[in-house]
Amino acid sequence: MASLDDLKKRISSVKSTQKITKAMKMVAAAKLRRAQESAEKGRPYSDKMNNIILNLSNGISDIDNAPKLLSGTGEDKVHLCVVMTSDRGLCGGFNTNIIKKAKLYFQKILDEGKTLKIITVGTKGYDQLKRLYGDNIIERISFKESKNINYFDADKVGKIVIEKFEKKEFDVCTIFYNQFKNVITQIPQEQQIIPLKTSEKDENSSEDNYEFEPEEDEILSNLLPKNVSTQIFKAMLENSASEQGSRMSAMDNATRNAGEMVDKLTIEYNRSRQAAITKELIEIISGAESL
Amino acid sequence: MSEEYSLEIVNPEKSFLSKNDVTEVVVPAFEGEIGILKDHISLISFLKPGIIKIFSKSGEESFYVNDGIIEFKDNNLSILTSLILNLKDIDKEKISEVQKSAEEQLNKTDMNDQEKYLLDQKLDVLKSIN
Repeated sequence: MASLDDLKKRISSVKSTQKITKAMKMVAAAKLRRAQESAEKGRPYSDKMNNIILNLSNGISDIDNAPKLLSGTGEDKVHLCVVMTSDRGLCGGFNTNIIKKAKLYFQKILDEGKTLKIITVGTKGYDQLKRLYGDNIIERISFKESKNINYFDADKVGKIVIEKFEKKEFDVCTIFYNQFKNVITQIPQEQQIIPLKTSEKDENSSEDNYEFEPEEDEILSNLLPKNVSTQIFKAMLENSASEQGSRMSAMDNATRNAGEMVDKLTIEYNRSRQAAITKELIEIISGAESL
Repeated sequence: MSEEYSLEIVNPEKSFLSKNDVTEVVVPAFEGEIGILKDHISLISFLKPGIIKIFSKSGEESFYVNDGIIEFKDNNLSILTSLILNLKDIDKEKISEVQKSAEEQLNKTDMNDQEKYLLDQKLDVLKSIN
């Protein structure tokens, strides 16, 4: 059995760990509120953007001349995956969930004999993927220095993707991120952004005849690259809210577990202390009796 | 008869401005300025760097925009833009910053005519307000 001193040390060490996790939980909760707010504020932009693109693409008559970003290159050989993870750890299953989802997809692509290229956003994703898919990773981006998620960071990623697309380095682009549902649930998502999927054709999206200035295709070819950045930005916002939510619940669990551990150790400590006292008493009494 | 319609300006971070009493908006569309009054036909266009002027019951406001898309439909005008600054309380430093980065970009040679045209426009506008 551990000595009293050892138990004491363990209790105090668990207690200080608990203090840290508690503080982290509180910080995550404060950050979560902010992240959630900005995720909500960012929604109108991407929604409107989607709407306009939908209206535009409905208006396009000959699909052959449509911009490549919308219709695709006509091939399906090289897949680019943008995996978005966090820069920091200690956030429960957050990164692992995205990676798991992404790995499933990677396996599918490779099994079909297609070429796989990966861009990682956030250092944790790179760490987890470099062993298995190190050769496939063509770019790694991290925004450790930026304090808040801002559009210009997303735009940077978007520009890299567009540039590679224009150089015909890939045919299909998919992004992976965690969608924020609530503090406990985050759903890993895969979303294809190039070519754009316009599956959700709204029946009641007006058949209005828009006036376009300049021509539709020109607007579209201007708009689509922006949409890529917007989608990435939206994913980044969702991701940051998810990260904080995930961290908060992970740290909450850790704090609770530490509390349980302290209770258990305290009981053990008290028992062994009592046992020691009893032992001493017995020794004294039996010593006195023998006199 | 009222001659007002509603306007919403959003940037990626948030909904920047929302008004219900707008009478006229002048936007720097790609092929020239467009003034939009009530009951304009549905319109989609994109913007070049320039000044948006908003006339409403409560007064006149001006904003600098870097780029953007506008959609007008059923007397709702939506403007999506990545960078928008209010001219009234504009930060001189911010302007110079944007101007500087634009000048730097202009010095790079690898760009097509359209990009160059947009950058030239941007610099002109920036100089005029600075």
